Amino acid sequence: MEKRLNGKRLSKASRSGFINYGIVIAAFALIQILLVVQKLLGVTLVSNSLQSLLVPTCCYIVMAVSLNLTVGILGELSLGHAGFMSLGAFSGIVASFLLADVIPFAPLRLALSMIVGAAFGAVGGVIVGVPVLRLQGDYLAIVTLAFGQIIKNIIMVLYVGVDEKGFHIAASSERFNLAEDGTAIIKGPMGAVGVTKLASFTAGFVLILITLVVVQNLVNSRSGRAIMALRDNRIAAESVGINTTKYKLMAFVTSAALAGAAGALFGLNYSSTVASKFDFNASILVLVFVVLGGLGSIRGSIIAAALLYVLPELLRQFGDIADYRMLVYAIVLILVMLATNNDQLKALVGRIIPKRKGAASHG
Amino acid sequence: MSFLNNVITGISLGSIYAIIALGYTMVYGIAKMLNFAHGDVIMVGAYVCFFAMGSFNLPPVVGVLLAVVVCTVLGMVIERLAYKPLRAAPSLAVLITAIGVSYLLQNSAQILWGAATKTFRPIVEGSLTLVPGQLSVSYVAILSVVCCVVVMVGLTLFTGQTKMGKAMRACSEDKGAAQLMGIDVNATISMTFAIGSALAALAGVLMCSAYPVLSPTTGSMPGIRAFTAAVFGGIGSVPGALLGGILLGVIETFGKAYISTDLSDAVVFAVLIIVLLVRPAGLMGKYVPEKV
Amino acid sequence: MKKKNLAALLMAGALCFGLLAGCSNGNNPGGNSGGAVTIKVGGIGPITGDLAQYGTATEWGAEIAVEEINAKNGPVKLDYRFEDDTGVADTAVSAYNSLKDWAKDAPLVIYGCTTTAPCVAVASETFADRYFQLTPSASSPDVTANKDNAFQMCFTDPGQGVAAAEYLKNAGLGTKIGVIYNNGDAYSTGIANAFIAKAKEVGLEVVATQTYPDDKTTDYTVQLNACKDAGADLVFLPIYYTPASLILAQAKQMSYAPIFFGGDGMDGMLDMEGFDKSLAEGLLLMTPFNASGTDERTKSFVEKYQEAHGILPNQFAADGYDCMYAIYEACCKIDGIADMDSQKLCDALIAMFTGGDFSVDGLTGTSMKWLESGEISKAPVVVKVEGGVYVTQ
Repeated sequence: MEKRLNGKRLSKASRSGFINYGIVIAAFALIQILLVVQKLLGVTLVSNSLQSLLVPTCCYIVMAVSLNLTVGILGELSLGHAGFMSLGAFSGIVASFLLADVIPFAPLRLALSMIVGAAFGAVGGVIVGVPVLRLQGDYLAIVTLAFGQIIKNIIMVLYVGVDEKGFHIAASSERFNLAEDGTAIIKGPMGAVGVTKLASFTAGFVLILITLVVVQNLVNSRSGRAIMALRDNRIAAESVGINTTKYKLMAFVTSAALAGAAGALFGLNYSSTVASKFDFNASILVLVFVVLGGLGSIRGSIIAAALLYVLPELLRQFGDIADYRMLVYAIVLILVMLATNNDQLKALVGRIIPKRKGAASHG
Repeated sequence: MSFLNNVITGISLGSIYAIIALGYTMVYGIAKMLNFAHGDVIMVGAYVCFFAMGSFNLPPVVGVLLAVVVCTVLGMVIERLAYKPLRAAPSLAVLITAIGVSYLLQNSAQILWGAATKTFRPIVEGSLTLVPGQLSVSYVAILSVVCCVVVMVGLTLFTGQTKMGKAMRACSEDKGAAQLMGIDVNATISMTFAIGSALAALAGVLMCSAYPVLSPTTGSMPGIRAFTAAVFGGIGSVPGALLGGILLGVIETFGKAYISTDLSDAVVFAVLIIVLLVRPAGLMGKYVPEKV
Repeated sequence: MKKKNLAALLMAGALCFGLLAGCSNGNNPGGNSGGAVTIKVGGIGPITGDLAQYGTATEWGAEIAVEEINAKNGPVKLDYRFEDDTGVADTAVSAYNSLKDWAKDAPLVIYGCTTTAPCVAVASETFADRYFQLTPSASSPDVTANKDNAFQMCFTDPGQGVAAAEYLKNAGLGTKIGVIYNNGDAYSTGIANAFIAKAKEVGLEVVATQTYPDDKTTDYTVQLNACKDAGADLVFLPIYYTPASLILAQAKQMSYAPIFFGGDGMDGMLDMEGFDKSLAEGLLLMTPFNASGTDERTKSFVEKYQEAHGILPNQFAADGYDCMYAIYEACCKIDGIADMDSQKLCDALIAMFTGGDFSVDGLTGTSMKWLESGEISKAPVVVKVEGGVYVTQ
């Protein structure tokens, strides 16, 4: 590492990547320090409600970064990203339950559950990835939407449980012949209840770092350049011998696997999870993060996901406005979209920012 | 007999999807944007008609007209404030704005009219009996099928024959070239939204007449279904929207009747994926191969 | 890059605003105020989104009770606040945590959640943190399972399914029974499964079991046709009133007229604005609350509710009202409540609720008691809709 830093100037892309790691690590360290100070001094620095948002925020950051890989880097609109999260959440919950006796050490069990979640997400990614190869634009968007709905519908009628005879899985409660003393893990529309909470902020932090390593290295690699070439001009890319199937699938499956891992972490953060949580609106929520953060910008996704996930919760504290917080959220969404695409504002910002950059380089 | 019953149910349901999909596909075809707020304009239309008929005791026709006027104005205002500034922006930015508008309409409706479900009084009541006690078709279903066909024919003639319609098609084909030919692209797109929103009002009234419950989120699910129907038929194609809507309704009903009510959503969407794999541009959409 | 910076800037601005606002309020000292002890009651339920109508009913019902209680100048006052969970578990947990921030060190009791899935998630948090929790309407047994601090004001789903089957058996109604339920909803599925199992046990013949995926479904003709073809003369609908109103209308349209029998979720149908009450004629339902009841307390509650919100209260609102009185009456009986924090209050309330001699009279039942498990024990009441009002059977 040291040698490379001295030997060659870092490329712009990897410098930006290191800044992203820096931001995430700094944010994690800051929050940990605040929590420690809070404990020592007994004052409220990070409120209960902010603390409870830490893990889901991490999950949504991973969701946003992984969706950005599909939407921003590969350039295909996906409206079913929550479907992969759902697959990951429920497979992760089942895995953590089955592993409970074998591995008593919680962090390891959590890690394994997240790997299982990622694997299921990846399988889902392959299934959706196949139509991806044939369809484009809004037709692909509708297939991903359809996939999300199918996953939701199937998990909604799924019953999974264990008893002494082993593992049971059924598509309806009548066919679900679990012994009296068995434990049901997923109970159809009731979802998974009585989940042992394993998730922690540290695990979320590690997952974000892993996601950044995977996505940034992919984007800056030969494969990443091939993926972006497909986005910018598919025909030109094919004509120079880029394998469309391989690279599109690569981006799609990576994105799905990361979403699966995030789903597993999310599922293991609450004692109950239902399939209807991961619906069309959940997919749209993540898409909003990606678009507001800027297509193709990893840092933008991280910041937008963190701020926008927390925003509706913070609006609770406004007293009178709290009743209208979803309305405020909608208005903020529209205004931000209008402001970021306003030419005059862009020009204004353009005049301020180069100055700042110039000053920084002098200093 | 139960087969015929299912066919009738499917077509009735499908005609509702179709009439929403017509508005959807109209806006998509010309403005090239997925207007996710379309379903919520439907909801507003239904509320306007509900209050016109319920609180002011106006006749159904006036209620429908009032809904059409309010929604047309609403559609144009939304377009002017939220979409027009984004003409040059990437399509995803417009998509997110549309989602914002959708949330805005839902939450405003809840604040204005409350969260409690209301029961809509159908604009026409009763049903036509084919076989006494066994087979009947509701007048609302007949009305919505008729409306679908009239709207479809109307839109086809409008876009094919009138000057405004031709301007719309030109914009859909190539905005830049249309502008060079002296077409006011902005005005044309605003006009498209006006027509789309008027259709949404009609769809809202018909939908709530067929399935008489009304709440601030009434529009969201049919909105998604209609989007699916529009894609199914080939998005941008007016006859395709009608066909897609009807087929979607029939498939959903048959899926429930002959496969499983447990998995009705999964069946509909699985059929959709299969159709798209065979015909990547939908049933009636033109597949335009990319040229180098 | 620039676009991104601007977006980040705007959002950061909004966030800072939020944080500042958060710091400025919240100085609400609990404990003693003019002799009376103030207990904070934090409610959670969906007041936006698809389930908003149920959440607002529980919010408003409790509000009326709180006003009455505080006007009494009794030994205990309630400081009430309601947070939105939009009907999902993770938001409910955030809502719960923001209630904790609101209460600071003052004694806090959690009232909610309105719906099952969020309630299960919050109950496991309150169990760990030791806050007393009473839900008006989350009826799954999972809410109270393995948690000593969680109590219900409503019947449990399986309890209701079993009671329904027993009632039909005893009343001799329905030789062939059809069931239509929402298999995407825990409440509906919970009742339906228990009903079907119990029906088999007591010898009722269930000829058709039909489902639909969510309450936004609009067409039920296929399900009704299946019941009709199977010859069902009674259709059990353990569902909420919105889809049920569509089912009744569509059954009428296809001239299918079995006896319809519903659970407590059906209450509220008659109060839907614009609903044609003749559709519900002859409908049987099990509900603990009757808005057209003639006793003083119900009348005054209905009057106040209508005045404030323009609609009739339903069972959700009445359960919410009763929850406040249950908390209030229990708190009044606890010795040394003035010095208690949330955790001590939680243990004291658990002891009170499960002590055996504590009972509450409310709108949804008289001398209601709670079992060790957190379930309520009150008698289910079956009513029939006759001439647009409930008639107790």
